[in-house]
Amino acid sequence: MSGHPTYLLDRARIESSHTLETYRASGGYAALEKVLKTPVAPADVIEEVKSSGLRGRGGAGFPTGLKWSFMPDPKKDPRKRYLALNADESEPGTCKDRILLRDDPHGVLEGALIAAWAMQLEAVYVYVRGEYRLPYERMQRAIDEARAAGLAGERILGTDFSCAIHMHKGAGAYICGEETGLMESLEGKRGNPRPKPPFPAGFGLWGQPTTVNNVETLFNVPFIVERGARWFRGMGTDKSPGNFLCGVSGHVEKPGVYELPLGVPAREILEENAGGVWKGRALKAWIPGGSSTGFLPADKIDTPMVHESLRAEGSMFGTGAMIVLDETASVVRAALVLLRFYEHESCGQCSQCREGTQWLAQIFERIHDGRGRMEDIQMLSDLAHGMAPGKTICALSDAAAIPTHSVVRHFRGELEEYVREGGHPDLRARRRDPERGAERAVEAASEAASEGVRA
Amino acid sequence: MALPQDLVRELDELARKYPEKRAALIPALHRCQEELGGWISPEVIESCAEYFDLEPVEVWGVASFYPMFFLSPVGRHVVSVCRNLSCDLRGARSIVERVCARTGAGVGERSPDGKFYVETVECQGACTAAPMMVVDGVYHESLEEHDVDRILGGLE
Repeated sequence: MSGHPTYLLDRARIESSHTLETYRASGGYAALEKVLKTPVAPADVIEEVKSSGLRGRGGAGFPTGLKWSFMPDPKKDPRKRYLALNADESEPGTCKDRILLRDDPHGVLEGALIAAWAMQLEAVYVYVRGEYRLPYERMQRAIDEARAAGLAGERILGTDFSCAIHMHKGAGAYICGEETGLMESLEGKRGNPRPKPPFPAGFGLWGQPTTVNNVETLFNVPFIVERGARWFRGMGTDKSPGNFLCGVSGHVEKPGVYELPLGVPAREILEENAGGVWKGRALKAWIPGGSSTGFLPADKIDTPMVHESLRAEGSMFGTGAMIVLDETASVVRAALVLLRFYEHESCGQCSQCREGTQWLAQIFERIHDGRGRMEDIQMLSDLAHGMAPGKTICALSDAAAIPTHSVVRHFRGELEEYVREGGHPDLRARRRDPERGAERAVEAASEAASEGVRA
Repeated sequence: MALPQDLVRELDELARKYPEKRAALIPALHRCQEELGGWISPEVIESCAEYFDLEPVEVWGVASFYPMFFLSPVGRHVVSVCRNLSCDLRGARSIVERVCARTGAGVGERSPDGKFYVETVECQGACTAAPMMVVDGVYHESLEEHDVDRILGGLE
């Protein structure tokens, strides 16, 4: 439809795409065979990934090859080394890794095995969020099939290289998607992020050198190995090459996960892929890359979906997951929903985050409910400034501060209107006309508490 | 309470994946919850503490950190409705209301007949098929209110 070249979702569209048979029939495991049988030296694999410019697709956008190169030289550091494959996808708006795990698990596995060779790993742990039952089963089946076919485990493809692959099931905590929280959780503890340094490459799982990579990130690796860094750089931008999976949710005609080159204008994705804002309505606000990247107003919709452009707008690329709000939506309500989420998911170690997320949620709630004061708007800013950047062990505090700042910056008028007029329009209507208002109560968010939004 | 022999063998198998046994604690709590009544009782905490050679408070600390573990009894069926933004924008509130009306349970409660436990949950990673709910671990997506009656009505 969009005319851009694709590769990420091509196989996932084939029937039985999750099986080894289908994967091999479409050329799967050729990249693994290339690196192990040629063999391509581990350092050369890392160099190829480095020169491809691949950036992590899990939120931070860190260069993958550079991350791999931080692992200590096995000749100088004989400790066991691990990869934690981060499949704890839980950034609100984001549902792309689920598709890859479910419909193309061998692609994920091949990426992990190439990473294992490049970093000379002892084992890979695939940390899947506990709710992803079918993706977990598909990934486990892929590992079993690959092991039986000599593609994983002992003496892979008849070479001297061995690497164990283990599945690990999480239990539903957003913070375990943070790389050090994930490692704590994988060790059987509360998912409290660790202070850094030390960084995972020096002190990771069980104190051993560890790399944490996102599912979609590793999924790109076999393509890069097989087709080359130059091919990869033919898509996307100079600083952020390749395609990415863009989840589009909220008020659009055709929500879905679409494959696009980095740098495509958000408007193109909204209008051409997602069919535009639903019900013929106008756009009010949009979130570019998952809840932590904040709200942007409609007039920013021509911004290219890529790290460098979104950063210039005070936002981030994040996980590339767009959430769209139409002209009837309440940004205050949306902010309240998100701040309650961060309040719920804060691990509680840092007081700025533990207390700050609670205060922000309470302030958004009273503004929403019609109990707000004009000075609350400044208080939102002051609190968010006290929480980030760089004031806590991990970035969850930043992730709560960014949407808060974005609402004050771009939607101050709505905040002021709620304070002045008495909260959400539906609540105002109900107060004026209790009978008619009652019909609209479903839409009213002060019901949130009784609906258990706070449960 | 002694853990059933079959379950102990399964936990032994799980623990072999890791260089340190404790790493199997969360997967083990999942298996215990699935096999032993749908929740993590104080007895299960004690048994797991013994199995993993930990103090019970450490197991409490872990079990209470993760939303998927229930520390009090739930119904025969667990209904979890996503309340996060993508679902909220597409009518999650009316799904919650329908679920509560249909089951007779409030959010965070069991229904009077003990058949259902209803909760709201954070993002489940099905945002492009909002609104959604999870019933006994199975995803139900792109819901409309009448789907709730069909899905819950079909349960024993």
